[in-house]
Amino acid sequence: MAYALQQLINGLTLGAMYGLIAIGYTMVYGIIGMINFAHGDIFMVSAFIAVTAFTLLAAADVTSIPLALSFVLIVAIFFTSAYGWAVERTAYRPLRGSTRLAPLISAIGMSIFLQNTVQLTQGARVKPIPPVLEGGLVLWDTPAFAVQISWSQMLIIVTTVTLMVAFTWMITQTPFGRQQRSCEQDRTMAALLGVNVDRTISLTFMLGAALAAVAGVMVTVYYGVVDFFIGFLVGIKAFTAAVLGGIGSLPGAMLGGLLIGLIESFWAAYLWAEYKDVATFGILCLVLMLRPSGLLGRPEVEKV
Amino acid sequence: MSTVVFARHAMTAAERLRDAGWVAFVGFILGVPLIGLTTVDVGGRLAVNTRFGLLAATVAAVFAGRLLLRWGLDQARERKQARSAAGAPASADERAQGAQKVVTVLGWIALGAAVALPIFYSDNRYVVDTATTVLIYVMLGWGLNVVVGLAGLLDLGYVAFYAVGAYSYALLSTQYGWSFWEALPVSGALAAGFGILLGYPILRLRGDYLAIVTLGFGEIIRVILVNWTEFSGGPNGISSIPRPSFFGLDFARSAPEGEQTFAGFFGLDFSPMHRLIFLYYLILVLALLTHAFVSRLRKLPVGRAWEALREDEIACRAMGMNTTNIKLSAFAIGAMLGGFAGVFFAARQGFISPESFTFAESAIILAIVVLGGMGSQMGVVLAATLLVLIPEFGRNFAEYRMLLFGAAMVLIMIWKPGGLLSHREPTVRLNPLGRAGAAREAAR
Amino acid sequence: MNAAALNTPATLLSVQKLTMRFGGLVAIDDLSLDVPAASITGIIGPNGAGKTTLFNCLTGFYKPTTGSLRLAHPQHGEMRLEALPSHRVARDAQVVRTFQNIRLFPKMTVLENLIVAQHNVLQRASKFSIAGLLGLPGYRQAEQEAIERAATWLKRLRLEHLADHAAGALPYGIQRRIEIARALCVDPVLLCLDEPAAGLNPRESAELNALLLYLCRELGIAILLIEHDMSVVMNVSDHIGVISYGRKIAEGTPEQVRNDPEVVKAYLGEDDDEDAQDTAVTTGGATA
Repeated sequence: MAYALQQLINGLTLGAMYGLIAIGYTMVYGIIGMINFAHGDIFMVSAFIAVTAFTLLAAADVTSIPLALSFVLIVAIFFTSAYGWAVERTAYRPLRGSTRLAPLISAIGMSIFLQNTVQLTQGARVKPIPPVLEGGLVLWDTPAFAVQISWSQMLIIVTTVTLMVAFTWMITQTPFGRQQRSCEQDRTMAALLGVNVDRTISLTFMLGAALAAVAGVMVTVYYGVVDFFIGFLVGIKAFTAAVLGGIGSLPGAMLGGLLIGLIESFWAAYLWAEYKDVATFGILCLVLMLRPSGLLGRPEVEKV
Repeated sequence: MSTVVFARHAMTAAERLRDAGWVAFVGFILGVPLIGLTTVDVGGRLAVNTRFGLLAATVAAVFAGRLLLRWGLDQARERKQARSAAGAPASADERAQGAQKVVTVLGWIALGAAVALPIFYSDNRYVVDTATTVLIYVMLGWGLNVVVGLAGLLDLGYVAFYAVGAYSYALLSTQYGWSFWEALPVSGALAAGFGILLGYPILRLRGDYLAIVTLGFGEIIRVILVNWTEFSGGPNGISSIPRPSFFGLDFARSAPEGEQTFAGFFGLDFSPMHRLIFLYYLILVLALLTHAFVSRLRKLPVGRAWEALREDEIACRAMGMNTTNIKLSAFAIGAMLGGFAGVFFAARQGFISPESFTFAESAIILAIVVLGGMGSQMGVVLAATLLVLIPEFGRNFAEYRMLLFGAAMVLIMIWKPGGLLSHREPTVRLNPLGRAGAAREAAR
Repeated sequence: MNAAALNTPATLLSVQKLTMRFGGLVAIDDLSLDVPAASITGIIGPNGAGKTTLFNCLTGFYKPTTGSLRLAHPQHGEMRLEALPSHRVARDAQVVRTFQNIRLFPKMTVLENLIVAQHNVLQRASKFSIAGLLGLPGYRQAEQEAIERAATWLKRLRLEHLADHAAGALPYGIQRRIEIARALCVDPVLLCLDEPAAGLNPRESAELNALLLYLCRELGIAILLIEHDMSVVMNVSDHIGVISYGRKIAEGTPEQVRNDPEVVKAYLGEDDDEDAQDTAVTTGGATA
């Protein structure tokens, strides 16, 4: 029981991170109908930026954890959104209105490019950083097992919840949110009504990248190691989360993320840890076969 | 952001400078965290290293590159305008026919070169090896071309079928003593079976969902190969896979009692090159058979149905075509060809491990199909040759190989979304082209 | 077709109590309609009335919520279209359609488009592609016949000179003709045309009229026609059904429909009369 509770906490933490990245997939898919295959690598870039920033801070002898965290978050968000913007501008915008496969292939190319850029400039070795947040709260101390929630897990869950609230507010209440939703429904009409579609799409990519940047910082804090290959698997799992929740739906992305996180940690704890990726992909296949519109997505009527 | 000028007219010098300046600025921002700063391991702890010189050089290169690019684009546009103003451009049809003729001629030249290559390089192990690699990719490209190029189903997990073929042969030969020629059809059939097994449940999915699920399938196969040690040897793979023999003649220095070696039978001195050249011709024959098979299928109802499916699935259904069967046939045949290539790969290497069947491999095969021009058989040859040879020519660039690869995928998509050879030759004509057709017209 | 058969037309397709709901939206509401054999039946109605949805139900693209679609197939007897998937509606029931927004295979040539339409015949002849791969005479003959059949239709629709052009690159009006030619290559018993005259100029519309009459009177193909161009509908239809808000509001000969007060109301609304359809109905009446 205690063990299960611990898995629940671990799963929620993992799921929160998948959810943050899944939002990037879901928003981009909603607005331009493509899978931004490079999104996982944008996340990976942000993790590297976080590593560099933490190392810089350590060299400058900054010891205040809140200060360090906010500095790293701001830096990571700034540079990562620049990457999000640049990726859209160079690899996807020229292909808007092209065949369906062209942007996807361009995105795969972009993903390979980013991965190898990081590998070449930052090295192929795993980067460890000293623990930023140590310790935690012991929630339930049984003789056999102590259930504990670490500070970093708490940080991740609290940050994610805060961001989700802020984000929902932005999409539903602000002018940008309205423009974003209008472009999602009908880009041509939005443009006719004076919405700057290019700018809205760019901003969507930057926002997605910013959320991925937060996830990247969190992963760095939580695991303490990053390497250039983390973007691939995490990206696919986050995409699975977006699909599971119903692509195009923001609460769906979050729900999907949490479910994938929970499934993964329970599967790894109780079944076969080495096959946890198989579980994720298996779920993806099942969801797409049985309910292609996802848990919270609207079913799509085939247009004839 | 208004500083970026994407003018339809040619730019003035000031505009060009401003544009290049803006791009260089973006390059600078992007470069700071990855190029300007890096972390290195100093005695077990990370320390930050700065590389501002490299960053400055990169930004300067970006600035110059952007200037050149804009200038080049403007020049190209002007020339195009001048040409169209001069009038009498060849009709699109004629140009396409011209292109088709060039491609046909090039194809025959390539075939001649491929046949003659081992004769000229009979003692150059490196050349024959590289050429064999090119041919493996050509064969994989032709197989995937059926699925992606003709049927328009984006498969990101093609490497799974390659792996199925390779592991089938490896297991059949090492565990049950099957020969290459016995295992080849069985492994191909197994791969096709996997194709159908995967295809059946997921073919209802829309294009990009299909892509992700096939990618997932590829990863599942790889994860299973890594972890199911009793079956696949795990990360260590399977070694000492027997090599194919030449009609029962082994390529060995000495034969066991009562058998003959290839060299002995033909009265040649033993040379390790014999086997390499034999393997080269073997894959050449397999690839040519694949080509003949696929080209022929393309002109049959099933091939036309694949292309129609790529063009418009709903129209296909309205024409009474069972799209599920058509998709499955494309998946199965693509998988079978991938399986054959896998068998050859295992037989050539003598050793296989899950390392050879990663997503990167799928991406390379897909890139070959897409860069070549989807559906174009010659395009695949061109792209496979380029993608294998470029990194080989610049050995120093080996570590940049995948980087260039990714960049090339993006750039070629932007420059030519249809690929290098995007001309499509009709499978049937009512009025045959060329002299024969003209003569017939005249005779009427 | 002899005159007696025309006077007492047998029912080819019988739509009974058809309802199609999308969530809360009722696109077709308890619609019943009979399509006589060897005749042209027009379906008219304001935009969004559910005409294309009717076609989608009929050709298996949508599964109707309730109701039945019975086809009295000349060879296979009664068939229930609502139970068949779309490809079997075309292949087995031989109910073939065209699309409002043309759906050709754009990169394939016109001839290839027409040969793809004969896929099932050719696929059978190719015996799982084996006879085709070997180039056996049986298959070669079947292919030759398919080409000739395509050529016949191309000639009939004056498209022969364009046979080897990519279909997607041709002008709109020609693409409409190609789509009809392609549907004819499937050998339809019932041909469903979704706005075949949309985007055609008057001369092309007149040609379309002639073609429809030829198909129906000479070849005995029943035609179901959705059309806004009244000069086409009123001229060629033997029988017209009017749909509004998913319900059938009138049915009868062109003359009866034109004078039906319900129809005028559906097109013009109760009070205001600024609708463009107004002119369409009256000019259609004038030319009829």
